Amino acid sequence: MGNLTELKRPVIWFVTLILAASVSTLVATYYLGVGPFTRTRTRLVVSTTTSLYDTGLLDIIEDRFEAKYPIDIYFISAGSGIAIKYAQRGDADMVLVHAPPEERTFLQSGYGVCRKIIAYNFFTIVGPETDPAMIKGLGTTEALKRVAQAGRRGEAFWVSRGDGSGTHIKEKELWAASGLNWSSLRNEGWFVDAGASMGKALQIANEKMAYTLADMGTYLKYYADKLISLAVIVEAGKELLNVYSAITVNTTYNPEANFDAAVVFTKFLISEEGQEVIGGFGQGTYPRKLFYPAAELLRENTNATLVGWIKEEAYIEGEECPKQYQNGHKELYG
Amino acid sequence: MGVETEIIEISLRALIVSGSATLLAAVFGIPIGVFLGLKRFRGRSVIKGFFNSLMGMPAVSLGLVLYLLWSRSGPLGFLHLLYTPMAMAVGQAALVTPIMVSLVTGTLESVDPEIRDLARTLGASETQASIAVLRESVNGLLLAIIACFNRAIAELGVAFMVGGNIRSVTRVLTTSIALETTKGELALGIGLTAVLLVIAFALNAMVHFVQKRGIPLVD
Repeated sequence: MGNLTELKRPVIWFVTLILAASVSTLVATYYLGVGPFTRTRTRLVVSTTTSLYDTGLLDIIEDRFEAKYPIDIYFISAGSGIAIKYAQRGDADMVLVHAPPEERTFLQSGYGVCRKIIAYNFFTIVGPETDPAMIKGLGTTEALKRVAQAGRRGEAFWVSRGDGSGTHIKEKELWAASGLNWSSLRNEGWFVDAGASMGKALQIANEKMAYTLADMGTYLKYYADKLISLAVIVEAGKELLNVYSAITVNTTYNPEANFDAAVVFTKFLISEEGQEVIGGFGQGTYPRKLFYPAAELLRENTNATLVGWIKEEAYIEGEECPKQYQNGHKELYG
Repeated sequence: MGVETEIIEISLRALIVSGSATLLAAVFGIPIGVFLGLKRFRGRSVIKGFFNSLMGMPAVSLGLVLYLLWSRSGPLGFLHLLYTPMAMAVGQAALVTPIMVSLVTGTLESVDPEIRDLARTLGASETQASIAVLRESVNGLLLAIIACFNRAIAELGVAFMVGGNIRSVTRVLTTSIALETTKGELALGIGLTAVLLVIAFALNAMVHFVQKRGIPLVD
């Protein structure tokens, strides 16, 4: 018994030492980025809106792109508001957003160049199937007026994103078009300022049987996963157009931005393959398309009405990307 | 990458990141805690109070501060730390060091003062007497370390803000749970929560085992 105890102590020590040495080596190589963790690709940081990322589209695009190019894409999904902030602070090389007013400021203040519209879909006003405010079939402006009236009568609720996202910006625009002010509306009892992502806002709306503005992609996903039972009440129409653009960060403002990789990625997004991935996303899983490719539509003008709407809602100074912001990449604009 | 491979990858990353954070916190926090616990000096209670209050720092606030610090347009932007696992480890270390300091201080204070006096009576020097006290507090130190690790691996604010939750790069268990939840993948969120809890329980059990059986140093 004595001999065994004598032997046990050094053995335990030895084993512990070996273990500690291996773990330290593993951790060191991990952080130094050597051995199995070596980085051989250049890094492209793309900050994006949650409605694009949460559907899963960007993961597929990332896989396809990284299979073709030696570029590592880092998607930071946070919300259009902070996505643009990240780019302004130099923490992103490129943004993928859907907020034309913010995009205009971004270009005009010199931060962004080479704006390219890559996809579109429609926002939709969803709500309880019973439609207490009776807005089915109405135009957006009239529908929102009725929702406010019903809300004030205590017959309906509205959930707002309230988080500075592209959807939220659109929502505020729509309320303004109906003659109502979002800032004063949020103080009324029937108006729920969620301060949350699209998914969360939908879940809250579902709980309260309320109306809300949603992007078609997130709505379809949540509906298909049986997380919500809200129905599409108002859809399509120029005001509900939702246009996604890619904007590259200007190296004049941030010399460290990975400009070249960003242009490569933009070209991929509007290429046949990229547009195919966008248009084909969710096929088989959802009853309709989540995203519609925009490149060919705008280039060939294949649907004049739609192109007209996009020009009205999402063009800046009358163009997709005004010449002074094209930064020497005319080839992007045909 | 299949779901299972991804889960293994994020769990491993969470372990490495939070483990490194705990190590860093130990390297900095234990000496400070020992000093505060053993030495008596003026202003000691103020410093103790300072570290105690820091324990209440919300992770998301610390994450925001660190993001502003390490952002390209921030003062330490040249370090290019943002969106790397190293940033997450350092950030989590900053989060848990106050915990380490407070717990270590508390442990050392609770060691029977007679141990120190006894050692001195038997002819030990100041350093040797301190070591004797440390020996008695090993269990408390282990508890401090495991408490810091638990806090590090379970936090979300710092990992999210300075890591960015980037797939295959800085995604860990907590950030994945947050993402999957916003995507509506609630079952996956619960699954990842279970993984995190199993890891935490397993580690805690191991430490408890070691505490019970004792370790060679103490014999």
